[in-house]
Amino acid sequence: MLSYIVRRLLWMVLLLIVISFLTFMIFYLLPSADPAVLRAGKQPSPELIKVIREQLGLDKPWYVQYWKYLDRLAFHFDFGTSYQNQVSVKSQIFDRAPATAGLAIGGAIVWLLIGIPIGIISAVKRGKLADRLAMGGALVLISAPVYWLGLVSLYLFSKGIGVWGVFDGAGTYPNDGSNLFNSPFTVAPTLFLPWLVLAASFAAIYARFLRGNLLEVMSEDYIRTARAKGLPERTVIFRHGLRSAITPIVTILGLDLGILLGGAILTESVFNIPGIGRLAVDSIQKSDLPTIQGTVIMGAFFIILLNLLVDVLYAFLDPRVRY
Amino acid sequence: MPMLEVKDLRVHFHTDDGIVKAVDGVSYSLDRGRALGIVGESGSGKSVSSLTVMGLTRFSKTVEISGEILLDGKDLLKASDEEMRRLRGNEISMIFQDPLSSLHPFYKVGDQLVEAVRAHRDVSKAQARDRAIEMLGLVGIPEPRKRVDAYPHEFSGGMRQRAMVAMALSNDPKLLIADEPTTALDVTVQAQILDLLRRLQTELDTAIVMITHDLGVVAEVSDDIAVMYAGRIVERADKETIFAAPEHPYTWGLLKSIPRLDGPRDEELVPIPGRPPSLITPPSGCAFHPRCPYARETHKTIEPVLEPVAGRPDHQVACLLPSDVRRRLWAALKAGEKPAEAVAAVGIPGLPAEGTPATEELQP
Repeated sequence: MLSYIVRRLLWMVLLLIVISFLTFMIFYLLPSADPAVLRAGKQPSPELIKVIREQLGLDKPWYVQYWKYLDRLAFHFDFGTSYQNQVSVKSQIFDRAPATAGLAIGGAIVWLLIGIPIGIISAVKRGKLADRLAMGGALVLISAPVYWLGLVSLYLFSKGIGVWGVFDGAGTYPNDGSNLFNSPFTVAPTLFLPWLVLAASFAAIYARFLRGNLLEVMSEDYIRTARAKGLPERTVIFRHGLRSAITPIVTILGLDLGILLGGAILTESVFNIPGIGRLAVDSIQKSDLPTIQGTVIMGAFFIILLNLLVDVLYAFLDPRVRY
Repeated sequence: MPMLEVKDLRVHFHTDDGIVKAVDGVSYSLDRGRALGIVGESGSGKSVSSLTVMGLTRFSKTVEISGEILLDGKDLLKASDEEMRRLRGNEISMIFQDPLSSLHPFYKVGDQLVEAVRAHRDVSKAQARDRAIEMLGLVGIPEPRKRVDAYPHEFSGGMRQRAMVAMALSNDPKLLIADEPTTALDVTVQAQILDLLRRLQTELDTAIVMITHDLGVVAEVSDDIAVMYAGRIVERADKETIFAAPEHPYTWGLLKSIPRLDGPRDEELVPIPGRPPSLITPPSGCAFHPRCPYARETHKTIEPVLEPVAGRPDHQVACLLPSDVRRRLWAALKAGEKPAEAVAAVGIPGLPAEGTPATEELQP
């Protein structure tokens, strides 16, 4: 087990280097605006641009730039400084991570709380009205784009502009450094609507996924055995059926959380939440390579890490899995 | 009064393609402590009829069941779901074909036995665990105290089936239904499991219904044999009679298609021609007629009834051939003649049925 984890961690390092290299190359091969020009402000003199270019190290060949970047990252855990404002990328990401984490983790709890019961009910009442309604609704939510859903929900439910002003709307997320983890009671209300919007499509996907799994599991031989033992149907469904059907949920939950921890770009944008996703969007618009690199590497890191966690967790969930 | 009496049982499934008549008028009875072997091809209805006795087909939403299943005089088809649940695993239990997929992969074997005990007995977990260990020991699992905490995948195939037997017998059922219990096992392990069932049957006085396609297996375990074809019983007798003096052409086919150690070395196996019939649109008349080398034209329209053979009330057969013709045909087959040769030697009255092996070349 331990050697397996170590092996996986080494793979993670290699993968992160490859990813950082790819991001770097994409940035160089598909040049957007010149970062030095953007940095220099309006109508800069060529001298100023030259100075800035030297300051940022942009005058060096790409491999020197990349090597320096990697060197700093690997040996000093330093993501470099933003081309835009000379702020350390690491501190920017760390400042914004709690907002993204609060959004993603809270959202995940919401979609699990909604998706799992609906999936179970749909499977048990297969073909009945409840099942059809649930699966029809799920299809609508899966098809609805998040930004559209976000805007509609703001229009309907946000205080101030909403038809029914029940929830805090966009831009209410505090900017004073408080987050869900250090001041839950002030921050949570501002996240209700984002949580619901973020969770909507996931809840729908999880409900459909769980329904399908459970229906499949309920036709397994060991379910027949459980019934043949004379267990009450409730025990058969929950202890024997659901136990198997819910295990794959752990896999997709790990993947989804990993992706979201790297930035819930659309939800953060719609609700103006200062998270990693917003940081990534802003830095792309400003050709701010170090920040782009930082957010991409953090995103990749979370995805790989959560994958590893899922695989480790599986060994505990399924006694047949051994590493 | 027999312990189990099945009367005119019909189990039909409504599917998009039509009504599947999986079981279509099956009657049999079983006395306490006896073993009945139900033999037939896949799709003959042997499993479905037994699952219905267990009340497990009622979980299907498309099923339609009629007839009577009397257990000590009580009709199980009229019992409520809750009443059936209390019987299952308690008075009637069942073991299945594939012991690996029949045990829950995530739970320890012992815990699964404990669950079976506690489903019907108000005992503590520790007491149930003692019972589980006792049962595992009884079915011949070495070091049951240690093995009780193993997962199914840590057992061998034979041990898993032993564990299934232990689970099924943990509440001292009157009736154990074994659905192809040895099909997924190695031959040597098969013999051990059959020995085990035989031993437990006498020790615990449990009646057994053994479902199999393998005549060798029924020979090992059963007292009586019922041969099923297309959802019906076509022949029923005690084991000795079925092997020595079978009367149904399908039974002959089954017997001639298994190799015998005591037969001549150059004895050819004769497969049953054709394929199992559709259960949605079963053949008219005698359902076996399209595959029967002895079918007459009239057999396409007349439905045979399961009736006692002349002079032997315990031997029932559903065949339209005259009894003396059947006996002469079997004598010829037993002497090593092929079906076509037997037909020529015996001479069956009536026109051979068109489009059946009776008029077509039998050799592949």
